[in-house]
Amino acid sequence: MYKLLLCWRYLRTRWIALASVISVTLGVATMIVVNAVMAGFSHEMQTRIHGILSDIVFESHSLSGFQDPQWHMEEIRRAAGDSITGMTPTVAVPAMLSFQVRGQWITRQVMFIGIDEATHAAVSDFGSYLQHPDNRRQLSFSLRDGGYDTTDSQSEGPGPSRPALGGAGWPHRRMRVERERIWQKRLEEQEGAAAGRAEPTRPIDAQVDAVLAATGDEAATAAAPAPVTDAGTEEAAPQNPFAAARPEQGRTMDPATEQFTGVVPGIGLASFRDSKGIDRFLVLPGDDVKITFPTAGTPPKAVSDTFTIVDFYESKMSEYDSNFVFVPIAALQRMRGMIEPETGISSVNSIQIKLKEGANLDEVRNRLRGAFPAELYAVSSWRDKQGPLLSAVDMEMAVLNILLFLIIAVAGFGILAIFFMIVVEKTRDIGILKSLGASASGIAGVFLGYGLFLGIVGAGAGLILGLTITWNLNHIRAAVEWWTGQTVFDPSIYYFFKIPTIINPATVIWIIIGAIGIAVAASVLPALRAARLHPVEALRHD
Amino acid sequence: MTEAHDRGPLLSVHGIRKSYRSGGDRLDVLRGVDFTLTAGDFVAIVGQSGSGKSTLLHLMGLLDVPDAGEVRLEGSRIDHLPSSRRDRIRNTALGMVFQAYHLLPELTALENVLAPLMVRHGVMEWLRTSAAARDSARTLLDRFGLGQRLRHKPRQLSGGEMQRVAIARALVTRPQVLLADEPTGNLDEATGAGILDAICELNRRDGLSIVLVTHDASIARRANRIVRLAAGRVEQVEPSAE
Repeated sequence: MYKLLLCWRYLRTRWIALASVISVTLGVATMIVVNAVMAGFSHEMQTRIHGILSDIVFESHSLSGFQDPQWHMEEIRRAAGDSITGMTPTVAVPAMLSFQVRGQWITRQVMFIGIDEATHAAVSDFGSYLQHPDNRRQLSFSLRDGGYDTTDSQSEGPGPSRPALGGAGWPHRRMRVERERIWQKRLEEQEGAAAGRAEPTRPIDAQVDAVLAATGDEAATAAAPAPVTDAGTEEAAPQNPFAAARPEQGRTMDPATEQFTGVVPGIGLASFRDSKGIDRFLVLPGDDVKITFPTAGTPPKAVSDTFTIVDFYESKMSEYDSNFVFVPIAALQRMRGMIEPETGISSVNSIQIKLKEGANLDEVRNRLRGAFPAELYAVSSWRDKQGPLLSAVDMEMAVLNILLFLIIAVAGFGILAIFFMIVVEKTRDIGILKSLGASASGIAGVFLGYGLFLGIVGAGAGLILGLTITWNLNHIRAAVEWWTGQTVFDPSIYYFFKIPTIINPATVIWIIIGAIGIAVAASVLPALRAARLHPVEALRHD
Repeated sequence: MTEAHDRGPLLSVHGIRKSYRSGGDRLDVLRGVDFTLTAGDFVAIVGQSGSGKSTLLHLMGLLDVPDAGEVRLEGSRIDHLPSSRRDRIRNTALGMVFQAYHLLPELTALENVLAPLMVRHGVMEWLRTSAAARDSARTLLDRFGLGQRLRHKPRQLSGGEMQRVAIARALVTRPQVLLADEPTGNLDEATGAGILDAICELNRRDGLSIVLVTHDASIARRANRIVRLAAGRVEQVEPSAE
């Protein structure tokens, strides 16, 4: 009983021990906060990765793909049908995306992915990452008549502002066509003036300004074609978009009322976020882009076609959002020559497979690997696809935890030093207790109990501090940013508006146990020293 | 406390030797001491500084072990027992009072008196017995005039009060023997006399067996017998003049 009483009294009266408590508190709080943030980032990243990748990807080694996806899907279902809820074929080829901004052609390397709009949403979260509410419900590659989100629909709090998307869709396309017609007319008039004819009766500049003012649309300005002074080259010349013709249709289409094949590029390809968190767009749904990609033959030949942007895709994984462009699979197959003219049998690159809830990812993958020849097909899970990245994050967390745990170990050495000091200070008390009949183990128990008390108090305070900081991390960030005027967490880098945190109870429990364990371990040596003190010498200690 | 004036041998030492090493030198403090305390007796051990009287008291109190010889309690040898058994005997059969009081500064007067009982009992047993123990401790402190000082820490007490708390602490376990090492050494004459009266009364009224170490002949005369130590040996055993 005296052990408890003395531990409690020492805790209340020996203020020097407070230094140990504070170091344990800070160590525990830091570990809880860092683990919560790392777990939040990791979870967010895995969700993003898994959001675009289906559970299992069955793909061909060849860019030309494999024939008859229906037959392959039946075989897959035969091999692992009990674990599968959905499948969809895709075609993915490297491509070049080109679009014009203020007369300059911008070209980007992309992955051009043909998807089946009817079934693709069933195997991944693709649909939920689109910017038009109707497309989120059911994907369509037809241009929408406005209604695109002007804020981030995935953001829980105030998302990034996207005012430019307010006019996107058919209104933007019609406005652009009108503007281009005016430019065309102006060009013709200038050519006429050069030929010595009379000046146009209506000032063209006023018409252009009126159109631009009416749109209030920065992207409309951004996407304005080059001035006529660039007419020397074919690319820079304001080509007449109304002359655009689909070869297969054999007629001239009207861009004000018709669209090319729809595409959904990643939002990172077409926009950038400024320092105020506002997304600026280079092109908008309704604009046309050129995409150049290889045909399926050997050797592959480059073909190019014009497409109309119908929506943007935002998984918040910049690797995907700056790389992927989605297109209807049938159109891509047709353009690449992946459909047998005689039989009508198509080819695809890969089949995306969605598994049932609770199905064993690796087990199904291995079953499929066993069912198909590895020389022709690669079967991988979404984790395999991002294995190095996920391993790197896990490794980072492990190393960080070791480093942070060293902070608590340093606190442990603090306890060790302070306890040795307290044992010296309490030498006479130890002699008194021994004269009263206290055993050596009882004396050791006083100091071990004291270490345990310090550990519990320090870890408890650290738990409260850590949880409080974690729960209010975004408020603290805002306060620090307000106080220092510096951006602590730049949303344009992370694509999150809030710092994501996840408190894992098991991790917290291990941190607490570790901290208390270190505190007790650090008190073992001083406790043994106290236990071994000779009672007579201890009583005579000054 | 034992029933009064049973004259059987209670605590005895036979052929006790004890030496200490200081640097390369060996200092023989006790060179074969024989001494017997009968039940209900009150013996004063006197001698000059360095004569070995405190060492002898520590050996009798099992705070140290002799190099040779033996310590017996009620005829049973106790000096060679395992430390846990010796701790137990120290807690139950022996009460000790020191010159420097040796109270635990973190505890109140009442808690200091209760300390030996807390050492004896585990938490559960203490919860069961603490009420009776507190009553017993309060009674003792009342007896020594400290009924109003129960919650005071040692630093809030005078020297005399601290020594009275120390005596109460030594008595709370109802020991068979009280071992007192210069209990009045740090006190002024009047306060020391009060403390000595209290100790004498414990022997005369309660029959408690007492060994008192002192260098003051006038204090030693209050005992029944005086054992005089010189150069590590018993020089003389004499009945007290009073």
